Amino acid sequence: MDGLMVPMEHVLVIAGLLFICGLFGLMLRRNIIFMLMSLEVMLNSAALAFIAAGAHWGQADGQIIFMLILTVAAAEVAVGLGLVLQIQRRFKTLDMDQAHRLRG
Amino acid sequence: MLATLFYIAALIALTSTMAALTRANAAHALIYLIVSLLAVAVMFFLMGAPFAAALEVVIYAGAIMVLFVFVIMMLNLGDTGEDREREWLAGRNWFVPGAMAALLLIEMLMVLGDFQGVTSGNAVSPKAVGIRLFGPYLLAVEIASMLLLSSLVGAYHLGRRFIVRRGEH
Amino acid sequence: MNTIALIPLFPLLSATLLIMSAGRMPRHIAATIGAGSVGLSAICVALLARDFLADGQVLELTLWTWMSVGDFAPRIAFYIDGLSIVMMSVITGVGFLIHLYSIEFMWEDESICRYFTYMNLFVAAMLLLVMADNLLLLYLGWEGVGVCSYLLVGFWYKDSANGAAARKAFIVTRIGDTAMALGLFLLLTELGTLDIQPMMIAANSQWQTGDALPVLATALLLGGAVGKSAQLPLHTWLPDAMAGPTPVSALIHAATMVTAGVYLIARTYGLFLLAPPTMEAVAWIGLATLLIAGFTALAQNDIKRILAYSTISQIGYMFLALGVGAFASGIFHLMTHAFFKALLFLAAGAVIHCLHHEHNIFRMGGLRTRLPIVFLSFFIGSAALAALPFTSGFYSKDAILLSAWALEDIGPWLWAGGLLGALLTSIYSFRLVFIVFFGEAKTEPDRQPGWKMAGPLLLLCLLSLVGGWFALPLAGVFPAAAEHTVNHAVEWISIGTPLLGLLLAYLMFLGGQLSVDKMVASSGARALRDFWFSGWRIDQLYDVLWVTPYKKISYWMRNEPVDAIYNGIVAANQWAHHRLLVLQNGELRWYATTMVVGLILLLAVMLRNAP
Repeated sequence: MDGLMVPMEHVLVIAGLLFICGLFGLMLRRNIIFMLMSLEVMLNSAALAFIAAGAHWGQADGQIIFMLILTVAAAEVAVGLGLVLQIQRRFKTLDMDQAHRLRG
Repeated sequence: MLATLFYIAALIALTSTMAALTRANAAHALIYLIVSLLAVAVMFFLMGAPFAAALEVVIYAGAIMVLFVFVIMMLNLGDTGEDREREWLAGRNWFVPGAMAALLLIEMLMVLGDFQGVTSGNAVSPKAVGIRLFGPYLLAVEIASMLLLSSLVGAYHLGRRFIVRRGEH
Repeated sequence: MNTIALIPLFPLLSATLLIMSAGRMPRHIAATIGAGSVGLSAICVALLARDFLADGQVLELTLWTWMSVGDFAPRIAFYIDGLSIVMMSVITGVGFLIHLYSIEFMWEDESICRYFTYMNLFVAAMLLLVMADNLLLLYLGWEGVGVCSYLLVGFWYKDSANGAAARKAFIVTRIGDTAMALGLFLLLTELGTLDIQPMMIAANSQWQTGDALPVLATALLLGGAVGKSAQLPLHTWLPDAMAGPTPVSALIHAATMVTAGVYLIARTYGLFLLAPPTMEAVAWIGLATLLIAGFTALAQNDIKRILAYSTISQIGYMFLALGVGAFASGIFHLMTHAFFKALLFLAAGAVIHCLHHEHNIFRMGGLRTRLPIVFLSFFIGSAALAALPFTSGFYSKDAILLSAWALEDIGPWLWAGGLLGALLTSIYSFRLVFIVFFGEAKTEPDRQPGWKMAGPLLLLCLLSLVGGWFALPLAGVFPAAAEHTVNHAVEWISIGTPLLGLLLAYLMFLGGQLSVDKMVASSGARALRDFWFSGWRIDQLYDVLWVTPYKKISYWMRNEPVDAIYNGIVAANQWAHHRLLVLQNGELRWYATTMVVGLILLLAVMLRNAP
C-alpha cells in the first residue's frame, strides 16, 4: 500500500485542466517569459498524467517517462532562456508580437 | 483524509497556475508557479510516486524555477514593463484564447468520457524506478543525456554572447 | 592516296586558321591563305586527275568510321571515279579562279577575312559532298554548303534585306533537304546501307523497275535536289540570293552548289533508273523550270538577277538531260555551265565593281570600248550560254537536245520545249550584251579591272570556248547511252535556233528594227511583261499560300497557348504561396493558436469516428 486510491478520471481531468491553463496562457501572453512558463505548465500536466497512469498499473514506467519529461523541460528552459536574453538584446523588448522577424 | 488532501492539492495547483499565468509581474507569477509545482509534487507523493515527487520539488520547483528567477532579475523589467503587461491582459485579448481553450477542454472531457479505473494504491519505490531506468530504458537515458549535453552547449553559446556584449558596451 | 585526303583538308585547314584569327589577320595574308589553299587543292586534283586519266582506276579511301550504331556504321570514306573527278576539277579549278578574283573584288571590304573563311569552308564542304562514298557523308557536305550559302548571301548582314534573302535561301532549301533526309531514312531502312555503290547493287536486286518504293525514295531525293538546284517549285530563293557578293554568286549560285542536285541524281542514277515515273518528273521539272526562268530573265533589269534566272534555266537543261537518261550530257552541261556562268558572273561583277555598284542594266551602256576585257569575257560567256556554234555550251546543250529528241513518246515535246528555251536563252543573253556594252554610256567606269580580275576572266574565256572539246571520263560511271541515229534536220534546227535568237536580240535591242516599246504598248503585253518581271508571281503566290498564314499562326501562337497551362499552374502555385505566406508571419502566438485549432479539429475528427 502506501498510496492513495484515486479515480483515474479525476486525475486525468485535473491534468487536462492544467494543460488547458498552460495552453490558454500560451495563447494569451505576449511576453516570452510567460510563454515559457505556460510551456512548463503544459509539460507538468503531461507529467501528471504519466504519473497517474504509472500509479494505475503500479509500474515504474510512468515515473521514468516523468524523468524524461523533466529532462526535456530542463533542456527547453535552458535554451529558451538563452534565447530570451538574445531577444532582449536584439529587439529591446520581450513582446513576441514585435519580435516576429523570421530572419536574424 | 488523504483523499481530501489530494483534492485540496489539486485545487491549489489549478488556482495557483491560473493566477501565475494571469499576473502582470513576472516575479509574482513565478512564485505562484512554484506553488503550483509543489502542489503537483504533493499529488505525486499521494499517488505513490515519492521519487517523482522529490524530483519535482528539487529539479522543477528548485533548479528550473531558479533559472527563471535569474533571468527575470537579469532583465530587470521594472514598472513600465508591468504596466504594459497589464495593458496586454485587457479583457478583449481573452476572447479568442478563452474560446479555443474552452472548446479544447470540452473535447478533452468528451475523449476522457466514461473512463473507468482507479490508481492502484501501491507505491513504486525509487529502487524499482532505478532498476527499470538502467535496464530496459538505458537507451532513453543515453538519448536524454545527449539532449542535455546539446542544450548545455546551446545555452552556453546563447548566454555567453549576451554576457560578452554586455562587457563590450 | 594521301593526296585524296589532302584535297578537302587544305581549304578546311585554311578556314580554321582564318576563324581562329578572329578577323585580325592582315588582309594580304588572309587573301593568300584563302586563295592559296584552294590553289593547293586544285593542284592535288590535277595530279589525281592525271593519274586517273592514265589508268582509269576507281579509288576508294576510308579514313575512319564516323560512328557505329548497331549495324549502321557510316564511314568517313571517299569514292573517286570519273564523276567525282569532273566535279572536283570544276570545284577547285573554277573555285581557285574565283578566289583569285575575289582578292581584288573584296580588297576594300573590312571583313575580307570572314569572307575567305566562309569561302574556304564552302569549298571544303562541297568537296566532301562530291567525294563522299556514302549518302550520309554527302548529306554532311550538302548541309555544309547550305550553311555557307546562307552565311555568304547574308555576308553584308548590316542591310536587313540581305539577311532576309539569306534566310529565304536557307529555309527554302531546307524544305528540300527535309525531303532528302526522309529519302535517306527510307533507303537506310529498306536497303540497310547508305554506301552508294552497294546501295545501288542492293536496290537492283531487291526492287523491280517501277516499284512503289524506288519511286518514293527517288522522289524524296529529287525533293532535295530540287531545293538545292533551285528548280520548280523551290527555285524562288536563287534570284534573292544575288544579295551576296558577286564572286559568291559565281562560285556557289552558278558553278558549284546549285548543281549539287544534278550531281546527287547522277550519283544515284541506279535508283532513278528503277523509277521511270520519277525520271519523267525530273525531265518535266527541268523543262518547266527552264522555260519559266527563261521568260522571267527576258523581263529583268538587274544584271545579277538576269544571270540568276539564266542559271535556273540552265540547271533546268541539266535536269532535262538527267530526266531523259542522258546523265553524261547533264554532267557535261554542268561543267561547261560552270565555266561560262562563272565567267558571266565574274564579268558582271567586274562591271558592277567598276561602275560604283550599279546593278541596273539600263543605267549602263557603251562599255564595249571602256571595259574591253570585260566586254570580251561577257561576249564569250553569252555566246557559250546561248550555245552559239563551236562554243562549249553549244556541244553540251546540243547533246541534251538530241538525247531528248531520241526519247520515245514524250521526247519530241521535250525537245521542242528545250528548243524554245534555247531561243529564249539566246535572246536574253544578247539583250544583256547589247544593252550593257553597246549604245551610249550612261555611267562612266571609275577604274579598270586589275590582273587578279582580268586573269581569271581570260582563263575562263578560254575554258568557255574550248570546254566543249573535253572528253569527260564518264564512260565507266554511267551505262552506255544507246546509239541513236538523228536526222540531220533536227540537228540543223538545234544549231540554227541560237542564231535566230541572236538575230532577234539584235533587231530588238541594237538595230531598233523591232521596238520593244511598241511591243509592250498594249495593256495586255504590259501585263505580260510585269508578270514575267515578277517571276510569274510565284513569290507572291508563296507569300499568300505559306508565308502569310505562317506569320498569322505564329502571331496567334506568340503567347504560347500550350505553355499557358503550365504557366497557369505556376501562377496558381505562386498565388497560393502568397496567400499561405500570410500564415508564416513569425508571430509565436499566432503559431500557437493555429496549432490549437489543428488540435481541436483533430480531436473533433477522432470523436466523430470513435465508436
